[in-house]
Amino acid sequence: MKIIVCIKQVPDTTEVKLDPKTGTLIREGVPSIMNPDDKAGLEAALRIKDEHGAHVSVISMGPFQAREMLREALAMGADAAYLITDRAFAASDTWATSSILAAAISKLDYDLIITGRQAIDGDTAQVGPETAEHLGIPNISYAEEVHVDGDTLVVKRQFEDYSHLVRAKFPVLITALGELNKPRYMTPGAIFDAWREAEIVEWNRPDVPVDDSNIGYRGSPTRVAKSFPKTMKAPGMKIEEGVEESVEFIFDKLKEKYLL
Amino acid sequence: MDFSLTNEYAMAQKLFRDFAQNEVAPIAEEVDENHRFPTETVALMQKYGFMGIPFSKEWGGQGCDYLTYALAVEEISKVCGTTGVILSAHTSLCAGAINAYGTPEQKDKFLRPLADGRKIGAFGLTEPEAGTDAAGQQTKAVLDGDEWVINGNKIFITNGGEAEIYVIFAMTDKAAGTRGISAFIVEKGTPGFEFGINEKKMGIRGSATRELIFRDCRIPKDQLLGKEGKGFGVAMSTLDDGRIGIAAQALGIAGGALEKTVAYVKERKQFGRPISAFQNTQFKLAEMKTELEAARWLVYLAASKYDKGEKHSVEAAMAKLKASRVASWITNQAVQLHGGYGYIQDYGVERMMRDAKITEIYEGTSEVMLMVVSAALLK
Repeated sequence: MKIIVCIKQVPDTTEVKLDPKTGTLIREGVPSIMNPDDKAGLEAALRIKDEHGAHVSVISMGPFQAREMLREALAMGADAAYLITDRAFAASDTWATSSILAAAISKLDYDLIITGRQAIDGDTAQVGPETAEHLGIPNISYAEEVHVDGDTLVVKRQFEDYSHLVRAKFPVLITALGELNKPRYMTPGAIFDAWREAEIVEWNRPDVPVDDSNIGYRGSPTRVAKSFPKTMKAPGMKIEEGVEESVEFIFDKLKEKYLL
Repeated sequence: MDFSLTNEYAMAQKLFRDFAQNEVAPIAEEVDENHRFPTETVALMQKYGFMGIPFSKEWGGQGCDYLTYALAVEEISKVCGTTGVILSAHTSLCAGAINAYGTPEQKDKFLRPLADGRKIGAFGLTEPEAGTDAAGQQTKAVLDGDEWVINGNKIFITNGGEAEIYVIFAMTDKAAGTRGISAFIVEKGTPGFEFGINEKKMGIRGSATRELIFRDCRIPKDQLLGKEGKGFGVAMSTLDDGRIGIAAQALGIAGGALEKTVAYVKERKQFGRPISAFQNTQFKLAEMKTELEAARWLVYLAASKYDKGEKHSVEAAMAKLKASRVASWITNQAVQLHGGYGYIQDYGVERMMRDAKITEIYEGTSEVMLMVVSAALLK
């Protein structure tokens, strides 16, 4: 089986800092990490590899520095790494990004494509499903469990308070939830191999068969009108008393705040 | 000359740091409190190749080097000195000795499972009457047909009882003095090989420190490690390497205590200000950091010399001497800056202070390090 995992390098911060003037992310001085949902997706691929045997490729669109994250993926156990990088691709929104990714992926063989549900620096959750759309393959999003069953993939998909159990034939794209698993650590020897021996295939603009109208800022239909930090809500309170006491407690609190 | 870690070392360091934070730190206090060998952490270190870092892939190792191994011991010891010494004794003393002196058959049989994470290793040199004077070995080994018959006791053996493979030393020719000492590989479970008491220690309490008891213990002739009568050299060169591991452990304990202290002094308020606003605190922190970095480069220098295949006995001794003293001093200052809170268990620095002391004692006391360094100066 051939698996492609799409991974993105994101700033390691839960509290996203925005430039008040431009409304964009301030990336300077923030360490970069592999997007957590993507890392869970890579782990899912590596577990399929451990169990059934598979060739796992990782692919990322991003600046030159993303090579470090690709090496991390190799050190976790990925077999090949591709970096799609070109100034022409900069400032792409989800439409342009998925167009570029799909075009690049179309050059490779695959049975299964795994993306993270969403990136912590954008939170759109659109690139995975759009990529499947461009490639004309089915998409199962919000995967919370994955396993291969013969020539099909069985995915438990999170759906509000329920789960759907979805079975699909290959090729298929799934988007992985961070909760899917606990990603493995790298091994020291694989780190050395990833830096000293592994090759990261670099694809620039001419290598990606995508139309100019679908890339970069000009190929991006999305315009962010304004970005601003959310006002933080006070944390909730958990009451672990009996029913009577809990109800009484809540009523008292509501009265205290003149809501009743 | 470049004092920065290159990409692969920096990534490995980050791996060890993440592992230490996520897997080792959460149980460090409990392991110390209960004198409990952290089996679950060791199993994870085995799974992720940490137990075979400097050994070649040919023998099941990671194919990295001593500097990488030192970084692992350092990062893990930052949060738990116990786990640091388990890794160090296994790697430097047991697997390291077999790697350096074993035949291909011995490496296949004993180094491979140590390096690939199936088995834990230990090293037995110390005896009740043979500490710093390691030549005073009482344990005897006598060749009887195709077997060595071993009799005697070893004490203070790190990983004792937990390890499956032991490199031990015994007199094969009492009259020949240090030239009568030989090294052997003994497996746990061999008839006549048993374990005595597990010592109650001041620090590194989660690590096992057991007595090894040999009573007519018979091992195959081919489990002699190195040549007959050359065991003293095996022990001394293995300890030279091990000192790099202990120096890295000391460095880690010191670094961990400093990190905790920097965080604490920013939080702790007295006289209406965080205590970090007082110059006494600032100067003390600056002294601690400077000592730490001085020790760090001695440790990395010794590891780099090892990796280049250069003589590193003196560098290892200086690294251990300096790093262990720095660890004791820094952890002591850390407790002082934490005040009363430093003396109770909650902040972890009292544990670090207790853990630090042993680094001045085992694998050669500071006084032995002074002997090694001065002997090289005056020869």
